[in-house]
Amino acid sequence: MGIFDYAPAPESRAIVDIRPSYGLFIGGEFVPATGGTFKSVNPANEDVLAEIGEASAADVDRAVAAARKAYAEVWSRMPGAERAKYLFRIARIIQERARELAVLESIDNGKPIRETRDVDVPLVAAHFFHYAGWADKLEFAGYGPVTPQGGSMSAVPRALGVAAQVIPWNFPLLMLAWKIAPALACGNTVVLKPAETTPLTALLFAEICQQAELPAGVVNIITGAGETGAALVAHPGVDKVAFTGSTNVGRAIARTVAGSRKKLTLELGGKAANIVFDDAPIDQAVEGVIDSIFFNQGQVCCAGSRLLVQESIQDELLDALRRRMGTLRLGDPLDKNTDVGAINSAEQLARITELTAAGEAEGAERWSPPCELPAQGFWFAPTIFTNVSATHRIAREEIFGPVLSVLTFRTPDEAIAKANNTPYGLSAGVWTEKGSRILSMAKRLRAGVVWANTFNKFDPTSPFGGYKESGYGREGGLHGLEGYLDV
Amino acid sequence: MSEKTAAKKAADVSPVRLDVRKTYKLYIGGAFPRSESGRSYQVSGADGTFLANAALASRKDARDAVAKARGAFSGWSGATAYLRGQILYRVAEMLEGRRAQFVAELRAVEGLSAKQAEAQVDAAIDRWVWYAGWTDKIGQIRSSANPVAGPYWNVSSPEPTGVVAVFAPERPALLGLVSVLAPAIAVGNTAVLVAPDSAALPAISLAEVLATSDLPGGVVNILTGRSAELGKPLADHLDVDALDLAGIADAEFATSLEQAAAENLKRVLRPSSAPTDWNAAPGTTRLTAFLETKTVWHPIGA
Repeated sequence: MGIFDYAPAPESRAIVDIRPSYGLFIGGEFVPATGGTFKSVNPANEDVLAEIGEASAADVDRAVAAARKAYAEVWSRMPGAERAKYLFRIARIIQERARELAVLESIDNGKPIRETRDVDVPLVAAHFFHYAGWADKLEFAGYGPVTPQGGSMSAVPRALGVAAQVIPWNFPLLMLAWKIAPALACGNTVVLKPAETTPLTALLFAEICQQAELPAGVVNIITGAGETGAALVAHPGVDKVAFTGSTNVGRAIARTVAGSRKKLTLELGGKAANIVFDDAPIDQAVEGVIDSIFFNQGQVCCAGSRLLVQESIQDELLDALRRRMGTLRLGDPLDKNTDVGAINSAEQLARITELTAAGEAEGAERWSPPCELPAQGFWFAPTIFTNVSATHRIAREEIFGPVLSVLTFRTPDEAIAKANNTPYGLSAGVWTEKGSRILSMAKRLRAGVVWANTFNKFDPTSPFGGYKESGYGREGGLHGLEGYLDV
Repeated sequence: MSEKTAAKKAADVSPVRLDVRKTYKLYIGGAFPRSESGRSYQVSGADGTFLANAALASRKDARDAVAKARGAFSGWSGATAYLRGQILYRVAEMLEGRRAQFVAELRAVEGLSAKQAEAQVDAAIDRWVWYAGWTDKIGQIRSSANPVAGPYWNVSSPEPTGVVAVFAPERPALLGLVSVLAPAIAVGNTAVLVAPDSAALPAISLAEVLATSDLPGGVVNILTGRSAELGKPLADHLDVDALDLAGIADAEFATSLEQAAAENLKRVLRPSSAPTDWNAAPGTTRLTAFLETKTVWHPIGA
């Protein structure tokens, strides 16, 4: 240990109380699942955290029926101002229980406590707070007066009904907030399925709904794997499907809902380009690159997984980047000094390992800082590849891990051509001091979010979502209402 | 036979001037080619009489049209909203000038009375005017300056989706077609429009209007033919970004096209479950259906 090394500073996990087993949250109470059970594991040490109920098709049926009943009898009749107060109440409880949620999220997902504490959970509370205020202001959102198909003219846009929501494991609670807050604000009821590997914060959220005395059935949480999710989105009793996850599953869902009247929003994969011009402030750009690919271990759909650096500053930038990567601290997610936590699952680790092996096999040059990986759990060292060509798999496929592929360009036109040369279009980054160049790059990049001289920033008022095969629909702000209204 | 006798004989056979019939071809990339397949079909009027032979578009024609639409996208989406509005208004002007021709075609094709046909042409002209006025307004009503909780400038604004394959409804033959085509291109998309085989006459006459309205070649491509044949190749095509299924009446077929569209996550506007009143005020649904939202962040600081 050198003199400038950090002493361990672990956050106490005493604040969380994980039950040995969990049922499904249907109609306001926890009920046993009839499809069996599975285990949720701490990815940092492979300890079993709890036994989780697997929802069968019959359970899905029950959950949809509970949501329908709550929609018809309670939630659709409640004035927006009252719905708003429930959402404000939920936002407040999340703030009050923030520490507990942050620790639990870190344990179940493997992400550093620094991120769950400072990013995930504050954004969750903010998201509920933002959409709470929309619930009684929908007629001002710019959609009305509207005439829904087969309906009569209405000044207030109407809810769709029951929303089926399937979310991923990379931001478990934040994705729950992105789904549930706008759905409820618009007057829908929901059945939400968290990811198989990260159900615990969603189940704690169910308790928060109970604390808030949210009417039974307005929020239903069912746990399970892909089969449960498939049964949920295919259920004839749902009016809306919202999914965040891989492009392949998104495609399958789009096929499933084809020909129905279900409204669909999809937030899928990405392969974002982060473009650094020769006039960019190098230190800021390096911090931005670090944040773009190592935030949440790179398990981020909008991660800047392709670094496009202007050829003239390649050496300088990469030297600085390697130096900075050498200071990243990988290890115990609950340690407040940890920068890089655990990979979420053995499956994801296997995928990252396979793709990086393909990178080497195809001739790209691999580098990681000296980095000791814990013996237990799922870990992957921060990695960059240089000498990457646009045809390499690591330049085309979403790795969803702490792996950066570096490509170079000479002119803005070449940067645009390379950045847009992907079926994805979720996000992009631009680093330059020249204002007119930022605006022209932002205009020409085919991506739903463009971060200029920053990266991976999120806010409940800021619409998020993709172009092309990164999906459709927006989450956040005014734009996020559209997916939950009959407009 | 003397010259005088020959002239007299000819005059006896054709006392009036023989009319010059129009050849109805496709409209692809600003040109009017025949179908590469060499196929044509007979268009009959509402009373069953022969009206014209029209080109029967093939899969290859559809692919050519997509290539032209893709090629035109950068220029059209990059044109100023003001210029797009000017051009759409010019389309209305050109259509107004050819009013009589469209009235005659609609009477023949749909069997309408003069009054009904005139009303439809008027509505179609007025629809171009309505959408011409939208080009520089849709961006404002769909944009937002987002008050994020931090020192960032954050703005969201709409951008066109790309190449849209549009299946026009069969009736009303002209107004239906204009109602689905105009909004798609008003916001900067380019289009491959499949006109139902029975609407070939007004569709190709509209193409002539477009060709003389300063609309860049390739922004609109019109195929006359059978959606049953052209639907699948367009729904499968990976360079098509969106589908408007307004004209697909068969629910099962519409579902199969939506399923095919999932391959590259095309945006799909499903056919309406209830009959559509194309004379009703269109609202903004078709303008916003093929728009993406782009959000740009930048730090605020010294």
